[in-house]
This record gives sequence, structure tokens and C-alpha cells, in this order.
Amino acid sequence: MPEDFEAALSRIHREEYAAVVASLVRRFGSIDIAEDAASEALVAALEHWPTAGIPPNPGGWLTTTATRKAIDKIRRESNRDTKHQQAAMIIDPTPPEDSGVVDDDRLRLLFTCCHPALAPEARVALTLKLIGGLTVEEIAAAFLVPDTTMAQRITRAKRKISDAHIPYRVPQAADLPARLGGVLAVVYLIFNEGYLSSSSADSIRDDLCPEAIRLARLLRALIPTEPEVTGLLALMLLTVARRPARVAGGELITLGEQDRGRWDRSLIEEGHALVHECLAINRPGHYQLLAAINAVHTDAPAASDTDWSQIAALYDQLYAVSPTPVVALNRAVAIAELDGPVVALAAVDRLELTTYHARHATRADLLRRLGRSSEAAAAYDSAIAATDNPAERAYLTRRRGQLTAD
Amino acid sequence: MPQYLLSVAIDPTDAAPSPEDIQPIYEAVDAFNDKVRESGKWVFAGGLEGIEAATIVDATGSEPIVTDGPFAEAKEYLGGFWIIEAADLDEALVWAKEGSAACRGRVEVRPFQSA
Repeated sequence: MPEDFEAALSRIHREEYAAVVASLVRRFGSIDIAEDAASEALVAALEHWPTAGIPPNPGGWLTTTATRKAIDKIRRESNRDTKHQQAAMIIDPTPPEDSGVVDDDRLRLLFTCCHPALAPEARVALTLKLIGGLTVEEIAAAFLVPDTTMAQRITRAKRKISDAHIPYRVPQAADLPARLGGVLAVVYLIFNEGYLSSSSADSIRDDLCPEAIRLARLLRALIPTEPEVTGLLALMLLTVARRPARVAGGELITLGEQDRGRWDRSLIEEGHALVHECLAINRPGHYQLLAAINAVHTDAPAASDTDWSQIAALYDQLYAVSPTPVVALNRAVAIAELDGPVVALAAVDRLELTTYHARHATRADLLRRLGRSSEAAAAYDSAIAATDNPAERAYLTRRRGQLTAD
Repeated sequence: MPQYLLSVAIDPTDAAPSPEDIQPIYEAVDAFNDKVRESGKWVFAGGLEGIEAATIVDATGSEPIVTDGPFAEAKEYLGGFWIIEAADLDEALVWAKEGSAACRGRVEVRPFQSA
């Protein structure tokens, strides 16, 4: 078997898996039937395509084959288990409302996977399994839990969907903003899980970032009218674009010290275009504002060119929609550049975030800039104690060592 | 159509509401009950006396044993419940939100086993 065939099959798997499974879930009302039939169809593809060639519409071939496999299986089992089959059906009798949402099986399945009645970690796992097409082993490795734990988590979630009759549909217009917020949160969680694991040797965790971006692109294609979807995609593109400059020699490099020549310009351009699209719609939200902040940072040719007043103004807007201490902390960083470290330090000291490493790291940096070295050293120690991330610890340890005596 | 149990948790350490506080709650629950009946989704509902009125019967052994008290020490007890019909969990959750607001208590939603 030529190697490019394997590559093509793996690509087709990733691109088509969600559509095949989602189409079967709609038709048969059972995630298990859909998953089993989809994997049987992939095995059939592995048998037939090397000799017959890859069909012109591989996704359609897989869906047709999987549907046939599912019908065969249901026929075989129907005599002994008719009642159970009927119970497993989740049929949606309500006609779809026109909410600017494309009626797509994958989108229905995504809303089922991200249903608020499921535990947050189960939402993430189901989304990666059913929409991302990842295996249980891959998801377990990405979230650093044993395979059996992840398998159990997914099985339990699927059972709840079936037993509690969690519907398989795009929510009605009135519920859509809240439910979409839940879906976006899952996508962003997947992204951060990959992004914050800074060890570049860990390829499975690295795959989570492109996976989250792929999910956001799919969502944007399906819900083109919602600027928060566009905002989340822009935010992730502008974040991942800086990744090549983020760690060097095992040490975290802060935004101000990064080699901006290593940033991915094409991702930044795409992110900026999306931010402009959001600005034109003028319905700001959490992700759009975070994306806009990242657009200002990535717009500056050098750190000293950063438009801090615009960043502070955007954090003010963000604080108005998400009044969290973390947002206030990041706003204080901008304030330090505008009004100086004394004002910023007063703002940071008002925050109740005593176990959050970024608060200690920010305090340490502000105290360092004020020449208060012994207090800065204590704050660096607190920051180092509060993070497990080796690259971040390396950076904080070096900074602590550079402090001069009071 | 699936049926769901909407049960209301009571924390016995909470002070009992005063008569003037409880009246609007009764009225809200009555109005909610009427709405469920009119929708055709009503199966049954009721409020329970306190746990001090509970008796345990255990006939799993050779001789049935009757003892005083609820099942086990718990922070919360079942205070009352509705049984409703709903097309799916989303519909049951809509009813549960209204019921929780009416009785001013947290509501647990559990599906009945399918027949």
C-alpha cells in the first residue's frame, strides 16, 4: 500500500468522520450504532480503496456504506430487541426555526455533545471523539488520564444522552446564544489544553490547537451570523500565530521579549481580517474583545509600539461583559504601561487571586520595576510555587535571579 | 413520551419560611401546577411531610423490619416532586426551571426508565 494512500485515508477520516457519524445519529437516533457503523465503513474503505481507488466523493461513500452496515445490524438485532431499538430513537418532531443557522447534522451533534446537562469534562471528550474523530486513547493522552478513565467518561456521557433523552437538535432561537456560549467554551477549553501545555515534544497535546481551530472554522461555516464564533476563531489564530516565539530553550518568553519575526504572519493577517469583520457587525462579546486585544498586540512591529491605551480601553469593555479578577489582572498590566507600576500594583493588590500564579508573576514584575527587590523575590517565589509549567518556572527563576539587592 | 421526576430538595437546617413568606410560594406553585395540567404534561405531583414522619420498612430479609426515620443521614431531603411528561430533556429542563422558581427550591430532573 503506498504511503500517500495512508495519508489520504487519515485526512479523509479527520475531515469526514463527523459528517458520517452525525448523519447516522440523526437517522438511527443512537450514537453507538452510528459510531460502530462508521468504523465498519472505514474498515471497508481500507479494504476496497487500495484496489478500486479512492472514490470521487469519499464522504458520501463512507456515509452510504455506514448506513448500509447500520441497517444490516439493526435487522439482525431487530427480532430479539425491537423494544430497545424503539426506545433508543430520539426523534425531533419540531420543524427547525430560521435562526441564521445552517441545518447541519454535525451542528446538531455538536450541541448534543456540549449539552449543559453533561459534565464539562464529558462535553470536551465527546466533542473530540464524535466531531473531532479522535480515538479514546488519543483523548486520554491529551488530557493526561488513563485510557480506562476516559473510556468510562465517554460511555457514561453517551448513556446519559440516551437515558435522559438529551435531544439531538440545534436549540431554538431563544436558547441559542446561551447554548452556543457552551459550545464555544468547549472549543476554547480544547485550544487552551493544547496551548498551555508548552512541552513541544508532546505532539498529541499540540494537536489540540489545530483541532480546536478546525472546530471553530466548522462552526463559523455553519453559524455565519454569530460574531462570537468569528471572534473565537480570530482569538485562537492570533494566539497560535505567536506560538513559535513563545518558548525558547525550555523557557517561556513573555510577549514583550518575543522575537516578532518568528510570528506566523499569514495567521495574523487572517486573524486581523476576522477582527475587522467583527467590528463591522458591532455586537461585541467576550471572545471578540479578547481577539481585538490580541489584534492590537500583533499589530505592533515592536513591543514598544504597542497601543496600550487601546488595550486598556478594550479591557474596560471586556470587564463590562466579563467582570472577573483575571480580566482585572490583565487590565492592570496595560495600566502599568500607561500610568506606571505604582498605579498598577495598587490595582493588582486589590484582587482576590491568591493562588493564581499570573497574579504573583505580575506583582513580582511590578515590584521589580519599582526597585523593591526583596518583595519582588518573595512574589517570584509565590509565582513559582503556584505553577507546574516547566517553561514558566524556568522564566520566573531566571527573572528572580536577576534581581539586584535593595 | 418520556416521563421525568422533578424532585425538590429541602435542607432541614434552613429556617422554615414565615406564613407571610410561604403564601406567595404556595400561590406560585399552584399557578405552575395549573400550567402543567393545561399543557397536558401533568402526571402527578405532591408535597411531602418532613423526614421526622418517615418510616423505613425492610422486607429483604426473612422477617420484615420496621424502623423509625429516613433512609440515611443526608444534608438534603426530598420535599416534594412533580412527575411530568416531556418530549426530551430540554423540555423537562424548561419545566424544571419554572418549577424551581415557583417553589424557590433546587430541582433535580431524572428520567424514568423507558417501558
